[in-house]
Amino acid sequence: MNALIISALLGVVMMFSGIIFKKNASIRYLAIAGMMLLWVANAWEMCTANPLFNIDTKGMIDVDRFSYLFISIAIAATLIYFLLSAKDMEKVGVNYAEYFSLIFFITCGIALVASFKSLLILFIGIEIISIPLYILTGSDKRNLKSNEASLKYFLLGSFSTGLMLMGITFIYGAQGTFNITQPLVRDAADKVPMLFTAGMLLMLFSMAFKVSAAPFHFWTPDVYDGAPSVFTSFMATIVKAALFIAFVRLFNEGFGEIEHQWKMLVGIIIAITLFVGNITAVFQQSVKRMLAYSSIAQAGFMLFAVYAVTAESKEGLLLYAAAYSLATIGIFAVLIKLNDYTFDGFNGLAKTQPLLAGVTTICLLSLAGIPLTAGFLSKFYMLKNTLSAGNNLWLVIFAVLMAAVSVFYYFRVIQAMYFKDTDTPQTINVSLPFKITLVVVAALIIILGIMPGLVLQYLYF
Amino acid sequence: MIPILLITIPLVAGLLSFFLKNEGMERSWALGMATITLAIAVIGVTIPDGNALLQHTCTWLPALGSDFSVGMDGMGKLLVLLTALAFPIIFTTIFKSTYKKANNFFGLMLLGQAGLMGVFVATDALLFYFFWELALIPMYFLCSQWGGENRIRVSFKFFIYTFIGSLLMLIGLLWLQSKTATHSFSLQSFYALKLSAKEQSGLFWLMFIAFAIKMPIFPLHTWQPDAYEQSPTAVTMVLSGVMVKMGLLGIIRWLLPVMPIAFHAWGDVVMSLSVVGIVYASLIAIRQDDIKRLVAYSSIAHIGLMCMALFSENLSGVQGALVQMFNHGINIIGLWIMVDIIEKRFGTRKMSELGGLAKHHPVMAIFFVLIAFANIALPLTNAFPGEFLMFNGVINAQTSPLYAILFTVFAGMGIILGAVYTLNMVRKIFFGEVNAVYQQQTDLKLHEQIGLGVIVILILITGFFPQLLLNITEPFANTVTTAFVKIKS
Repeated sequence: MNALIISALLGVVMMFSGIIFKKNASIRYLAIAGMMLLWVANAWEMCTANPLFNIDTKGMIDVDRFSYLFISIAIAATLIYFLLSAKDMEKVGVNYAEYFSLIFFITCGIALVASFKSLLILFIGIEIISIPLYILTGSDKRNLKSNEASLKYFLLGSFSTGLMLMGITFIYGAQGTFNITQPLVRDAADKVPMLFTAGMLLMLFSMAFKVSAAPFHFWTPDVYDGAPSVFTSFMATIVKAALFIAFVRLFNEGFGEIEHQWKMLVGIIIAITLFVGNITAVFQQSVKRMLAYSSIAQAGFMLFAVYAVTAESKEGLLLYAAAYSLATIGIFAVLIKLNDYTFDGFNGLAKTQPLLAGVTTICLLSLAGIPLTAGFLSKFYMLKNTLSAGNNLWLVIFAVLMAAVSVFYYFRVIQAMYFKDTDTPQTINVSLPFKITLVVVAALIIILGIMPGLVLQYLYF
Repeated sequence: MIPILLITIPLVAGLLSFFLKNEGMERSWALGMATITLAIAVIGVTIPDGNALLQHTCTWLPALGSDFSVGMDGMGKLLVLLTALAFPIIFTTIFKSTYKKANNFFGLMLLGQAGLMGVFVATDALLFYFFWELALIPMYFLCSQWGGENRIRVSFKFFIYTFIGSLLMLIGLLWLQSKTATHSFSLQSFYALKLSAKEQSGLFWLMFIAFAIKMPIFPLHTWQPDAYEQSPTAVTMVLSGVMVKMGLLGIIRWLLPVMPIAFHAWGDVVMSLSVVGIVYASLIAIRQDDIKRLVAYSSIAHIGLMCMALFSENLSGVQGALVQMFNHGINIIGLWIMVDIIEKRFGTRKMSELGGLAKHHPVMAIFFVLIAFANIALPLTNAFPGEFLMFNGVINAQTSPLYAILFTVFAGMGIILGAVYTLNMVRKIFFGEVNAVYQQQTDLKLHEQIGLGVIVILILITGFFPQLLLNITEPFANTVTTAFVKIKS
């Protein structure tokens, strides 16, 4: 509860900070300090189970251990994102303070979707996340591509929200309640009503849209490519992971009882997502677009957490969210520093900036799922839980082959950095704190890859 | 304790090597550390099996059912010894070679050694998989950074090939884990499994493909000649001398005892593939002009024979294959060292451009001829007892007698062809018309003589006293063969 309320308050504070502070640096430090405060507040509540605010939500919100852990992962990832990329937001436009304000509001939405028990809260949470994102996508006002991306995102996003509302309505009609923990209403033949199934399908489609699973992914490459890179980094990682948490909660707790009805469908969505994401990423010329498709491909793997309805799969998703967010934030932070977003832009980076190249390599290895990195263990969790759910060897083998395809495009960047030379070396200026944060990111990826228990053991106590 | 040291010393040494600034220091550092590792490995080999010093277990990922557990059995000892020997020898012979960013080169080599050691001692499936990949990554970077002109494409092919294989293996290991009573990845729990014939069959192929790619077995060998040719020769030595043994170890430790029925049922298929590979690779080797490619193809033929011997399912075959794993590693490293010396001296690897080197480079010729004899397994060289045992195994294989004879005949042809191409290579390089351009070059230098000397001594000692190695592997081979007895009953 702390995270929810404090993040909303901090959003308002950040909004007015633009009036009070004249210097961008002051605003930035305030935002970083705010994020730290948020993390501490959440961690304090997590450890003592003693929230600062006691609000009776009538069972609509239930912050359990899983939510606490995810919220703290999300806040920590956002903090790292601030430390790495907050300075680059200056280049986007003049409304520096507002960007931070919007991101704090999104964090508030994340806290909601991670702990909802009522479909209404889910809806509100997703809207609180989505609307600031529409603004952030279009924040580079003079850039036509940014405008286009924003409009596209807004139109398609509202449409899918419409679907979700429709689904919620149907489910309410069948169930008579918004609460997802209620046992399902069944008819005389012990079947759930058609209305409920229709509502569930609509929810499935709109959630698939939100997490950019194929065939609902068409907005993703354009929006990720058009949005200012600093914000793409945030959208593609933390926000996406939060939406996945909502997805898993909804289908595990809400619809887990009738998993036979949707399991096959989710399986097919996973297969298509993995195929489209990986194969299309191979043909990209721009690293930024490649990362957009890679985020679709990774979404395919995260969907396994929805598919395998077990407690361990949620645990795996937490690890996956952390691993994927860290790695992608790291790569974007380096990408933003380069002038050239094509693969050739990375040529010879190992010579000019060995540290940046080294950290990028660790991030890429993690995304590709190579052992000793967090990416491997998270993919491992997903595959293990799916296999133990039974009868889906085809899907696992397909996923593994697609993971092998993903090596192809991730390693293209490594090849460019280490094995190719450039005639026109770019001059990249990076500060010492930036480098230190990057090293921390790399260290976290490796620590999580060797000892995931450090994060996950909290769930067991 | 000893396995832990064997992993951590090269690992830490490799990581530190990246930070060495002093030009030239990294060689001494790498050589020194590799020698310490060798000393520890020798101590480990002399301790009898089952001693507490050779085992170590501590909790690692309890939620996943995986422990950090390592141990050395007979096979582990032999391969650990091979790895520990290979690296100092390699570092000695390339002591004077120049590499760009040499500290990274030697650092990655040491990291590769740590990965290999881990593969050979891991007794937990997940740990095994970790090290399996850890050994691969440094090799990929070494090939791509310091290799020949096609290095990026070729080493990437190599990487993708092995990565697909290892991912399939991972599914197999996961499946096995989900079947075990305690959901554990430990070797003991895998050995306790009793799977149906159908399950074993599926699992067998998931895992065998990974091992077959690594060895490599026909028709999954296509990455190998290119990768061996394009890699810097020091890396090729590791790839062909030590790394291919990962596949054989995988079969003996992770495949055979876990799924004996499938092992028996698919034995004929695998043996047929191996024998095709032996004849095919030998025939291609005869046609090669590039000595690096020739040695690469000869390696496919030798590995094929070892795989065949394993699938012959009797003590003689298994013993032969185990001993030969070690001996082949020594011989092929020797050959690569010669190839490297010739290439560095004369600037070419083409046999048609070389000739008559024996006249002005007698020391080189003596070493080369001795190693070549070992490569064709002449008696009194180390390869002879191994190949003899393997053939003895294959002819008594647990398949129909007609097949056994056919396999033996064709594999025997491989040996004859092996003599043809190896001796042909010796003739073309060292005898015949003297090429005037090459007269000025010096003969072997001291550090090269030391490296090759160690190899030749090893070839002769284990050739004269094969029992030295057989004693190390015998208890282990006996336990492996009890699995065969179980199938028959």
